[in-house]
Amino acid sequence: MKSTEKSAREPFFQIVKRDNLVWWKAWLIRAAAVISAFLVCGIVSVILTKRGFGSFYVSLFKGVFQTERRIWNLFQNISLLLCISLAVTPAFKMRFWNIGAEGQALVGALASAAIVVYFGGKVPEALLLVMMFGAAVAASVIWAVIPALFKAQWNTNETLFTLMMNYVAKSLVAYFINVWVTSGSGVLGVLKFGHFPAIGGYAYLLNIIIVAVLTVLVYMYLKKTKHGYEVSVVGESLNTARYVGINVKKVIIRTMVLTGVLCGIAGLLLVAGTSHTVATNTVGGRGFTAILVSWLAKFNPLYMILTSFMVVFLQQGAAQVATDYRLSNAFPDIIIGMFFFFIIACEFFANYSIKFRLAKKEKKA
Amino acid sequence: MFVIFLFNAIRFSTTFMFGCTGETITEKGGNLNLGIPGIMCVGAVGGCIGESIYLKSLSDISRINPFLAVLIPILFAMLFSGALGMLYCFLTVTLRCNQNVTGLAITTFGVGFTNFFITLVDRTNFNVASKSFTKFFPIQDASNWFVKLFLSYGVMVYLAVIIAIIAAIILNKTRLGLNLKAVGENPATADAAGISVTAYKYGATGIGSAIAGLGGLFYIMDYLNGSWEYSIDAMGWLAIALVIFSIWRPNWGILGSILFGALYIAPSYLNVSFSQKELLKMIPYIVTIFVLIVSSIRNKKENQPPASLGLSYFREERY
Repeated sequence: MKSTEKSAREPFFQIVKRDNLVWWKAWLIRAAAVISAFLVCGIVSVILTKRGFGSFYVSLFKGVFQTERRIWNLFQNISLLLCISLAVTPAFKMRFWNIGAEGQALVGALASAAIVVYFGGKVPEALLLVMMFGAAVAASVIWAVIPALFKAQWNTNETLFTLMMNYVAKSLVAYFINVWVTSGSGVLGVLKFGHFPAIGGYAYLLNIIIVAVLTVLVYMYLKKTKHGYEVSVVGESLNTARYVGINVKKVIIRTMVLTGVLCGIAGLLLVAGTSHTVATNTVGGRGFTAILVSWLAKFNPLYMILTSFMVVFLQQGAAQVATDYRLSNAFPDIIIGMFFFFIIACEFFANYSIKFRLAKKEKKA
Repeated sequence: MFVIFLFNAIRFSTTFMFGCTGETITEKGGNLNLGIPGIMCVGAVGGCIGESIYLKSLSDISRINPFLAVLIPILFAMLFSGALGMLYCFLTVTLRCNQNVTGLAITTFGVGFTNFFITLVDRTNFNVASKSFTKFFPIQDASNWFVKLFLSYGVMVYLAVIIAIIAAIILNKTRLGLNLKAVGENPATADAAGISVTAYKYGATGIGSAIAGLGGLFYIMDYLNGSWEYSIDAMGWLAIALVIFSIWRPNWGILGSILFGALYIAPSYLNVSFSQKELLKMIPYIVTIFVLIVSSIRNKKENQPPASLGLSYFREERY
């Protein structure tokens, strides 16, 4: 009697936190999520396009790998997304939810474009690039540090603060474009000066090299330096950090300066290496996607190469699918969104396990 | 001139008002739903699908029933946006995923979904259907300022105000609201007191999302008279800003929405250059930042965000 009463009150299943999942099991779960995401994306595209299941994947891969130009585009896009992901990672590690990387990179791009507009052609190209670098980094650091100062001093909610700063940045860009372009078209054409040199004839190579170096540097910073350790401690437990004598305010501000520097570089890459102009959508949502990229990689810069590859691969591939099938250009967003849902949901299965009541009972018997 | 400006500001503000009320209810339950821009978009496309189905079922457009032409899109909008809100809830509450990440993914998906499906919706006669939205009171005397400012809006404007007031009353005066706030402030304590954290979070996010979705529908069917514009997600971000601006109070949200609406449309009424217009567009965001800073400096308990905002709750975890 007593035992039936107990089992009636016991929930049918229970969620238990896993302590330490073996690394290969965790990766198996993630791989399964990626594969099922791909399958579901394929099924959805069949429903939307009423074409064969396989042709979706053919278009997807063609869009990414068919021509040399597309492959360069792939790497170029990965490097930009990765750069911004690197920028947000140290802050996330200390649980500073900076969702303003979009704006931080945008002001960097704006500052470097401003240098080109005012100094282009008047100073040597090499000096111009150095000035662009300085301006971009300075602008992005200012943009990133303002929320950090208030967070450190008064614990102002950084998520909402940085979000608002994005739109201030966008308006600022729109303002300056209207100041510079007197025709009133609101579009700043391609800038003639301040282009990165094309190494070996490849325009995007310098972008890729810079980001590759940054990836290693950020990895080292987080894993091997005292600063990186302090960031982890602040993220794990504020009280522990205070107890062991870490100056939390200093860590918050210092980390956001780093974010600013990296976002500034991303802005510079956008203007000098890729688009050679600036517009309100120059960053193109990468500031938000970077958050997902960084989080999916568990804030590990080396894994982020993989996650940013997956995201860019899907974006570029799905864009090709949309062109091939004459779908709206919003199609990649649907695919990316569904992909994210799967990957986000799979973290649950990596962190928790579900124990059913029935299974438990059998064991007892 | 001023009356017309105020009229348009109040009319425009309804989009924010729905979004703000919805997001406030959600945030009171401790969920920072950054998917609101996507959810508002999906609400708009859902409503358009509903309207399209209704219009197709008519043999002739002149036999349109104004009541159904409004009710069906509203139900569809709430269904679509509520469903996306439930997906957000499933990921963050049941699967305990990171709320910021999930919200951003919801926005990506919602905007993509909307921009994709709106091209497939047959929007013929939407301008006719939109007349059912924009006319509510039979008196339409444009010369009388009182009538113009209070009685000449579409039905959804009044609906937004009523929903905001009801939300404020429920949050502040009822046990339901008290429990919801307890969940948002400290889910562990609420759980110990016997409040079902999961049920409250699902309920608040689902209802909040359904309300927010109406904002998207209003923008399309009433403000734009049935034509389409790809800018609803920008309204969604402003709605999130507005939640902060109104310091998590739906009744203040009404006034805040009107202020934001006025600020948003002001540039087109002022005689300023293009570049200055862009600067003016910054003001709502700067004002929000200012409110955020001031409320954190003053550090008054009643003006703070819900304490567990953005955190997933797992009963067996110690904090």
